[in-house]
Amino acid sequence: MNVDETPLPGIGVRKEITTASGRRIGIVTQRDGQTELIVSRQDDPDAAMASIPLTVDEAATLGNLLGAPRLVAQLTDEHRDLPGVNTRQFLIETDSRFDGLTLGDTEMRTKTGVSLVAIIRAGKVLPSPTPDFGLTGGDLLVAVGTSKGLDAAANIIQQG
Amino acid sequence: MSHTALILMELGAIFVSLALLGRLAGKIGISPIPLYLVGGLFFGHGGVIDFTGLENFTRITSEIGVVLLLLLLGLEYSAKELVNGLRQSWFAGLLDLVLNFSPGAVMAWALGWGPIAALVMGGVTYISSSGIIAKVLTDLGRLGNRETPVILSLLVFEDLAMAVYLPVLTTVLAGFSFATGAQTVGISLLVVTLVLVIALKYGRAVSTIVDSDDQEVFLLTVLGAALLVAGVASTLQVSAAVGAFLLGIAISGSTATNATRILEPLRDLFAAMFFAVFGLNTDPSTIPPVLGWAVVLALVTTVTKIAVGWWAAKNQGIGVPGRARAGTSLVARGEFSIVIAGLAVASGAVEPELAAMATAYVLLMGIFGPVLTRLAEPALRLLQRKSAVPAGGRAR
Repeated sequence: MNVDETPLPGIGVRKEITTASGRRIGIVTQRDGQTELIVSRQDDPDAAMASIPLTVDEAATLGNLLGAPRLVAQLTDEHRDLPGVNTRQFLIETDSRFDGLTLGDTEMRTKTGVSLVAIIRAGKVLPSPTPDFGLTGGDLLVAVGTSKGLDAAANIIQQG
Repeated sequence: MSHTALILMELGAIFVSLALLGRLAGKIGISPIPLYLVGGLFFGHGGVIDFTGLENFTRITSEIGVVLLLLLLGLEYSAKELVNGLRQSWFAGLLDLVLNFSPGAVMAWALGWGPIAALVMGGVTYISSSGIIAKVLTDLGRLGNRETPVILSLLVFEDLAMAVYLPVLTTVLAGFSFATGAQTVGISLLVVTLVLVIALKYGRAVSTIVDSDDQEVFLLTVLGAALLVAGVASTLQVSAAVGAFLLGIAISGSTATNATRILEPLRDLFAAMFFAVFGLNTDPSTIPPVLGWAVVLALVTTVTKIAVGWWAAKNQGIGVPGRARAGTSLVARGEFSIVIAGLAVASGAVEPELAAMATAYVLLMGIFGPVLTRLAEPALRLLQRKSAVPAGGRAR
């Protein structure tokens, strides 16, 4: 994928990609570190329709949300030969009970038989997390298990 | 009342008034610079209240204001950005120089103010306000727009042009001959090139020398260095402001970001003082006679700036709405026009009407420039709709 990088002298730098549908989407990073998400307008491709300021946390969470489907798709692909095994992702919300607790505290494996194979944080994939792994809001958990087990796991996370 | 007490109260009154004007500017969403000028007019010679005894203080503070304005401008850019900007936009930059320097110069000439005033007024109408423009672009959410880099690289060109123009102006104002002027151009081009090379190759070393973890030490080092460099530059006839600008360019990376953060409040204080002092030294009664000409100049240079932005954006393959945005963004003139006029007035080498003209001109351009670019898109849409309607009407 081709990322266009344009310096904005005195302000910062803009990095963007052009989507298959012809829209520009990217970020402007200002010199003081402030990040803005930009999306080009449909009727005037030169202009930005929106320019949304993002905090570090917001940017990281957005990165997780965008990055996770790809990992899940990959895992699903690998499990295709094992009927009954599915992959799903769960988001730890910032007001979740598990924000600040460890992975072991969710008792996911004991209660549902589901395995957590990776955690996505700030756009990074952390594979094979151990039970003492500390969770924080915005983390995406990638789980592998049966459909039934994954439903139960979803319940645990949502009630959290 | 003792002399000191009186001066403290006068200063306090000025700062409080400037604060009120700044608040008003924020409320109506315009740059405070034009209002500071108005504030100065209000207080100064021939104004409503005539302050006295502050001349020495205000002279020094406005000098420091200019040095800080240019230092922070230099800090905003890295040498790499300047060189790239120059490479990308030199032709549009030259077009900008020709189209926007000429109206001011021609008008000063036509009014019989002489060649020096022509050089000054050309500079006043040429240079856009990078401060006002950067703020407007950010406020209107245009940082993601494709025409924005075009605008910014034109501003880079203008700021570099200032680094050559100001030394020339300083020599001419000091009454040196043409030969000395040409020599200064040579010296300043050499110095600018040298600083760019040093900043590109050894920028980190310069930054390390001035850098410090202690905020207080850092502040004193940067400010001290800026004033020293400005003083030396002034002695060499390269203009104090340009010295500070070049120091700003030589400082780069995180040191530059920190220096900007720490110096910004000081810059705002001294620059506000500088604008007010420029207004203070302008007699309000001299404005009405030149107001008509200032309006003409404002109209002409609005068109010429739009033309430059339009052309530069078109050259980069940007559509009509983007060209209109680029052109209108560049219209705002502000701080540097006043810096140029301020240098001229302080030297006493130009007619006093020039100060009145520059004040009126910046008042117009500083206020209407940002308004114009805000209205550019809706106006264009209205025009397109209007041109579509008669076509349909004729068919019937």
